[in-house]
Amino acid sequence: MENKDLKKLANEVRKGIITAVHAAKSGHPGGSLSAADMFTYLYFEEMNVDPKNPSDPHRDRFVLSKGHTVPGLYSVMAEKGYFPKEELETLRHTGSRLQGHPSMKYLPGLDMSTGSLGQGISAACGMAMAAKINKEDYRVYTLLGDGEIEEGQVWEAAMFAGAKKLDNLVAIVDNNNLQIDGPITEVNSPYPIDKKFEAFNFHVININGDDFDQMRAAFAEAKATKGMPTVIIMKTVKGKGVSFMENQVGWHGTAPNDEQYKEAMAELNGKVEE
Amino acid sequence: MIGDKIATRMSYGNALKELADEYPNLVVLDADLAGATKTGIFKSAYPDRFIDCGIAESNMMGIAAGLAASGMIPFASSFAMFAAGRAYEQVRNSIAYPGLNVKIGATHAGISVGEDGASHQCLEDLGLMRAIPGMTVMCPADDVEARAAVKAALDFVGPVYIRFGRSEVPVINSEDYKFEIGKGHILREGKDLTIVANGICVSAALEAAAALSEQGIDAEVINICTIKPLDEEIIINSARKTGKVITAEEHSIIGGLGSAVAECLSENLPTPLYRIGVRDRFGESGPAGELIHKYQLDGEGVTAQIKAYLAK
Repeated sequence: MENKDLKKLANEVRKGIITAVHAAKSGHPGGSLSAADMFTYLYFEEMNVDPKNPSDPHRDRFVLSKGHTVPGLYSVMAEKGYFPKEELETLRHTGSRLQGHPSMKYLPGLDMSTGSLGQGISAACGMAMAAKINKEDYRVYTLLGDGEIEEGQVWEAAMFAGAKKLDNLVAIVDNNNLQIDGPITEVNSPYPIDKKFEAFNFHVININGDDFDQMRAAFAEAKATKGMPTVIIMKTVKGKGVSFMENQVGWHGTAPNDEQYKEAMAELNGKVEE
Repeated sequence: MIGDKIATRMSYGNALKELADEYPNLVVLDADLAGATKTGIFKSAYPDRFIDCGIAESNMMGIAAGLAASGMIPFASSFAMFAAGRAYEQVRNSIAYPGLNVKIGATHAGISVGEDGASHQCLEDLGLMRAIPGMTVMCPADDVEARAAVKAALDFVGPVYIRFGRSEVPVINSEDYKFEIGKGHILREGKDLTIVANGICVSAALEAAAALSEQGIDAEVINICTIKPLDEEIIINSARKTGKVITAEEHSIIGGLGSAVAECLSENLPTPLYRIGVRDRFGESGPAGELIHKYQLDGEGVTAQIKAYLAK
């Protein structure tokens, strides 16, 4: 797919995020928007998945370790055809398949239930390990927040992935620099992120999280890397695509009101016409 | 054979190895305790299906979840303290909430850990695991039951927690014992009182029943291996017959078998009940046998506690 088409799709994914979180009157737009380009790239370019056969044992797996940004995942899944886009408006509603944090029991195509930070990457390692044991060639992708990696379990999992040489695993860190209480540097800085993963025997790639050419090159490099897992650390902007949400920590876990919703959608709709 | 003495952790390791060929999807995980949990028996025979996660129990539970999500049947092992305690939230959120087919083999439960002391003597695991929706929880009494429980867990689809002990316990069941998850067993019929026990306290309950019979007290002994789902029928029927129920377990009286039986009876057939167990305190260091005696969880102690209760 050409970059301009990916950009259009990512913009649709962002609209879905805003629509869902607005309808829910709660949820996490900031980190969903910062990873919207990555969600789009993974589901439309990188991963071998088929919404018509969501349980295919040979499919690639995606584990959203930073589970609170599931509006981004739901939105890309709807865009991909896993479920009707209208269903996005049921996010967080009683009885909805779109739980506030991902629940694999409810929604076919969700590969893991997550939400408690630090746990998703362990499950992703388990899936990658299963592929190794069963000599399957599927790959496993997991997306972490830069605040999330303050959790100790992330490093237990990283040590495991490095030690067991899980070269079928790609961890992606959404480095948008903000967590609930403020900039990650002020809360409990996880920097240097790249050197930490390097020390845990990961192949480390740094990219800009809104550059599809860099993503393409990074995933090709990850695939070519043997004997060790890869981490892609992507510099992103929290709230990306909606000007008044960008780099604002307050939009980590707040839904737009009706007026803000209109403003955000107008901006995103304007980008489609560009 | 009945009368032999074997620790249920040994039964666990042996069963894993014995069942490996029958269950090709079985993989065994440990957190640097394979020698102690006896998963090392499996590891020696099937090294390609054994994953040592190192000293990282939280991650191990997540690894198990990922393996199960990929169609394998992982048995994740550690001491009860770390499997149920340290990794509680991972068991809840990564295993039970998605309903993944993970089995947890938790050894070294209770004060019979012995010399290692209170930090390693988990007395709360059955309560913790029982509170998790959809979790099946078992505490076998002897070698025969422990091996049967491992096989039953492999046949069952869904998360299962099995508690094993460090110290040797006498074999009380014969090899033709028919084990079923959720079914209790009446080991001795009686009419004056009911003793409901699990784990190491089952043989103690049988000894107590024998001692009580010498005083003309006819005790019924029920072995409840599956604490959840609880065999309510067998307990209610026995309580209706005897009118008095004693529970006996190597666990805190809060949250475990005593609590489960109390919940069952107070909702269905309010019956006078006394809970034998560890009474809201931590354990301590000492040889296992001495601790079991000190905490009155051996035959003599259970007998004395029942007599004291009856004298009230």
